Amino acid sequence: MPRRLPRLLSLLAVSAAALGSCSLAEPAVLRLATTTSTADSGLLDAILPGFEETHNARVDVVAVGTGQALELGQNGDADVILVHARSREDAFVADEYGLARYDVMYNDFIVVGPPDDPAGIQGVASAAEAFTAIAEAQAPFASRGDDSGTHTKEQVIWQLAAIEPDPDQGWYFSLGQGMGETLQFAGERGAYALADRGTYLFQRDNLPGLVTLFGGDSIAENPDPVLHNSYGVIPVNPALHEGIQADLARQFVEWLTSLETQEKIGTYGVEVFGQPLFYPDSEAYRQAHP
Amino acid sequence: MEWPANGSALWEIVGLTIRVTGTALLAGSILGIPLGSLLAFTRFPGRRFIVALVYTGMGLPPVVVGLVVYLLLSRSGPLGSLGWLFTPPAMMIAQTIIALPLVIGLTMTGLEAVDPQLRLQIRALGADRSQEILTLLFEARAGVVAAIVAGFGGIISEVGAAMLVGGNIEGQTRVLSTAIVLETRMGEFEFALVLGGLLLSMAFVVNVVLMRLQHRPPYWPGR
Repeated sequence: MPRRLPRLLSLLAVSAAALGSCSLAEPAVLRLATTTSTADSGLLDAILPGFEETHNARVDVVAVGTGQALELGQNGDADVILVHARSREDAFVADEYGLARYDVMYNDFIVVGPPDDPAGIQGVASAAEAFTAIAEAQAPFASRGDDSGTHTKEQVIWQLAAIEPDPDQGWYFSLGQGMGETLQFAGERGAYALADRGTYLFQRDNLPGLVTLFGGDSIAENPDPVLHNSYGVIPVNPALHEGIQADLARQFVEWLTSLETQEKIGTYGVEVFGQPLFYPDSEAYRQAHP
Repeated sequence: MEWPANGSALWEIVGLTIRVTGTALLAGSILGIPLGSLLAFTRFPGRRFIVALVYTGMGLPPVVVGLVVYLLLSRSGPLGSLGWLFTPPAMMIAQTIIALPLVIGLTMTGLEAVDPQLRLQIRALGADRSQEILTLLFEARAGVVAAIVAGFGGIISEVGAAMLVGGNIEGQTRVLSTAIVLETRMGEFEFALVLGGLLLSMAFVVNVVLMRLQHRPPYWPGR
């Protein structure tokens, strides 16, 4: 038996070496922490190969809620973040976790719910009024409850409505889950929910129990500017932690906000959904399309 | 509806699942079986306390293990310079930690169930310490295999830690369990179900192989 031990050990050493080397000898890796909405909508799959080819890089996408994405950036575990919660993004930069925030794109939020609309929110003038009607009717409402960008927006609207939803009353469900799970819950339970239009459009075929009740059929029809959903990109401050790919992150931001990439963002989804899922909004794009 | 993953992406996911879970199970067994034997064959002060810790560890929530491994491997953590976060080695570490108490605990109980008379008999036949332990492990192989099976079951389907420290990165750290969560989140229930079936079939095959070890005397090198 002892004779065999060296062989076993060398086998282990070889497999350990194989493990160690598996992530090396590859193009530079940029780690992008972003929200589930950009990843699950298929947008990143459509545009990222362009960056990877031109910059001999690989982009590792970690799709989490905005809260966790910011946390990953703060801990230096992402090189660049792409999220949608403006006030928190500004705070992230002000606290010097990020270098600067750049506009990338926008879409909008909508309120979805059961077709029979028990709270009667169809036709109200603002999202806050819709929320008020839901609360007054004590109609079921599914909240992300996960510290995401959508959850942050939902809280803003409740504040505007001057309502503090109480989970103990039995109509407000704080799920602590992603947009997809929340929409599925709402569809199954006949509940209302705040959703980003992109994710809703992307999943609409799987959600027979839901219709758009506030926010119209496209962003142009959305009557409430509060529902504007702006995405920003922030390179993480490389001074905070070792190993952050600052150069690549800067190149990524330049690429993402460039006119060429912005045009791609603006056409993604048009063929399938009849409208873009995201609208380009970088400075370069706005200058070219005043 | 078109399935979101094409064939090669699917095999990449399956391959990584085998690599991560296999490595973690191997590491968990290499560490866990000797530690379990140690706990079964030695008596020392504080042993009962350690056994209680091991039993508690058998119920470790994977997401808690994931959180601890994340904090260790984060660039703001003590091992951040390794750059292992969001790579397969991070998932292997987390899954090894999840499997380890299961392997230790069940190896120990398996060995303790062997007839104590046998130990005396082996010694009387002139076996040295390592021969004695190997013979007992062989006698208790049903228990040892059960320990490995339990460790395997604990990590193949585990999603909390794999998601947190792996990041579910396409082509890099996406394994079957995290892919199932992703497809479910995106409402692709049919595809998620197919992935679940694939995961179960893999587990079934591995368990059948392990069960054969339980009943048949394996090739015993050098004896």
